[in-house]
Amino acid sequence: MDGTPQSKQLVIEREYDIVIIGSGAGGGTVAQELGKLVADGRRILVLEQGGRLADHEFTGRELDMSDALYEDAGGFLTADGTMTLAFGRVFGGSTVVYTGTSLIAPKRVIERWDVPMLDHADLERRSRRYMVENNVHYLPDEELNDNNRLFALGCERAGYHAEQFPLNVRGCRGSSLCNLGCPNAAKMGTNRVQLPAAERLGVEVVTRAEALRIEDRVVLARVRERSEGEKGARSEWMPGTYRIRAGIVVCAGGAVGTSALLLRSGLARVVPRLGEGFTCHPAHILVGEHAQPITNDVGHPKSFFLDRAEEEGFVLETCMYFPFVTAKNLTGFGTPHSALMRAFPRLQMILVLACDRAVTGNRITVDGAGRPVVHYRFTDAVITSLIHATRASARIFFAAGAVRVHAPSADPPLVERSQMDEIDALISERHFQTGRISISAAHLMGGCAMGHSARESVTDGWGRVHGVPWLRVADSSLFPDSLEINPYVTVMALADRTAQAVQADAGELLGGRVALTTA
Amino acid sequence: MSADSAAATLALPGGGRGNARFRALLNAVVPEAISLDDEEWREAQSIIARALAARPASVQRQIGLFMHVLDVASLVRYGRPLAALPVAHATSLLEALSRSRLLLVRRGIWGARTLAFMGYYARAEAARAIGYRAAAAGWTAHRKANSS
Repeated sequence: MDGTPQSKQLVIEREYDIVIIGSGAGGGTVAQELGKLVADGRRILVLEQGGRLADHEFTGRELDMSDALYEDAGGFLTADGTMTLAFGRVFGGSTVVYTGTSLIAPKRVIERWDVPMLDHADLERRSRRYMVENNVHYLPDEELNDNNRLFALGCERAGYHAEQFPLNVRGCRGSSLCNLGCPNAAKMGTNRVQLPAAERLGVEVVTRAEALRIEDRVVLARVRERSEGEKGARSEWMPGTYRIRAGIVVCAGGAVGTSALLLRSGLARVVPRLGEGFTCHPAHILVGEHAQPITNDVGHPKSFFLDRAEEEGFVLETCMYFPFVTAKNLTGFGTPHSALMRAFPRLQMILVLACDRAVTGNRITVDGAGRPVVHYRFTDAVITSLIHATRASARIFFAAGAVRVHAPSADPPLVERSQMDEIDALISERHFQTGRISISAAHLMGGCAMGHSARESVTDGWGRVHGVPWLRVADSSLFPDSLEINPYVTVMALADRTAQAVQADAGELLGGRVALTTA
Repeated sequence: MSADSAAATLALPGGGRGNARFRALLNAVVPEAISLDDEEWREAQSIIARALAARPASVQRQIGLFMHVLDVASLVRYGRPLAALPVAHATSLLEALSRSRLLLVRRGIWGARTLAFMGYYARAEAARAIGYRAAAAGWTAHRKANSS
């Protein structure tokens, strides 16, 4: 992955005014916003590492879709192997595989970030614009399934205030398969909204194109062949190695992708904090078993949440996963595990997320081959948050009528209804054993933090990499600390700012030049 | 790639002995797997083999090595290799190792059980057997199924 061409004759030259790397919430937004410049003669290119799937290829089949949509089929592990990181690798990036929950960044978080020139009101205004564009709204009551209703009911009975998620869907049929890519094209990700708009404006999108390295106003990329049986269209370009000259390069490959790309490009010499400050809202699932079947594998899976971030450092969300993912995420194996799996039609499910903080050592690096390596240590605060979240979830399950609860931080993990008064004793930090409990994360943040200077950050408040005016960042790697909510709307708002700054600087960086070449 | 074609071209680490180890692992992790017929086992095997083949060579080596370690642990504890253990003993061995003080061992068990779960529960028949009925048609399919 070092990008060194095997033979100079094999390197194909291209030239664009602006190259955007990544097509998710950040890259899609920047592509659409900068697409207006195409009318002025600017040439704009988006490189996406994954493939472009046709609608009929979204089958909802668990393994097939995981392979097609996620990096490492969703099984990317942290360096010590104790957490799985899920992020998209497809036209539309992670916006293809999220559940579409659309929240505005909390004011207290943005104030804590203390990023120069970034105020909450500006972020909120931009967020609302994209929420309108993505058709964000609340699902009507009749479309909520029992899994979600029971969460709201349990919260109410347990003294918590559950809130309904606004969702970016249009024509949702309730397949419950959001995390495998909506089979009904109902989720308004960048693959459905911003990227098609950008392409209509004349932005070129090249899929199966991996950015290997960035040099001085050059992106070295490799376009790969579609392998036999692989989903998605062939790349728009011939397979091969490309050397793409660009006046401005915008990195939007996500927290892991962008950080790794800049690290293997040697940017740590310019911005030493590159890769640092990684956060991810570590999460695991709990299930509550009811006596009767409930609707859980039909309907939108994530309609409600409980925000205890400020008070106790956690957020609870409704969720419902697929057989293999569910099996993997339950602690243990053998007869008790099988009994729980056979109870699938009676299972209620909650995702607990810890609001972790950026700490020294939790960072992204690259190995000798240039591949990303994510180092993550569970701090005592994170473990405590997960324990408190698990106890709260158990109370909510029982309040909703569950007969038993599977809690990974209990040993044995099954807590019976008759034991509900012992929840605090049964669910405890002493049972939180990494490598035994399945922990995963899908909100990957940090690595190219915004801030005041290169001494303590990687970019300024507009996504400009310190000391490299032609290089910009527009994704969740910009977050200087965790967001405490689902991040995609905030990514779009920040990407909108990055795009605005690019437009403002385009005259200076690109001059009156219009790219002369040349496919 | 269909499961059938994958089975024809992919093998589990360790050849025939590796297959026997994985089958013993699967039976210990998912007790219902004991009743898989040959065709169903080949489907589970191909799912696992395909997943491993998509991983870096270093990960494949680690899994192969860990399965060998399981065999050694089985010999030390019960005097027989994993594939020759009664399911109850195999389950007991895995349970003990999953509580190891060594993260490396716990991780190994976690990875092995993940593969076993994938092989078993990613099969359409297993999903049906546990009552999982998600469908693209969502509520429409649900109402239709309930009315018929």
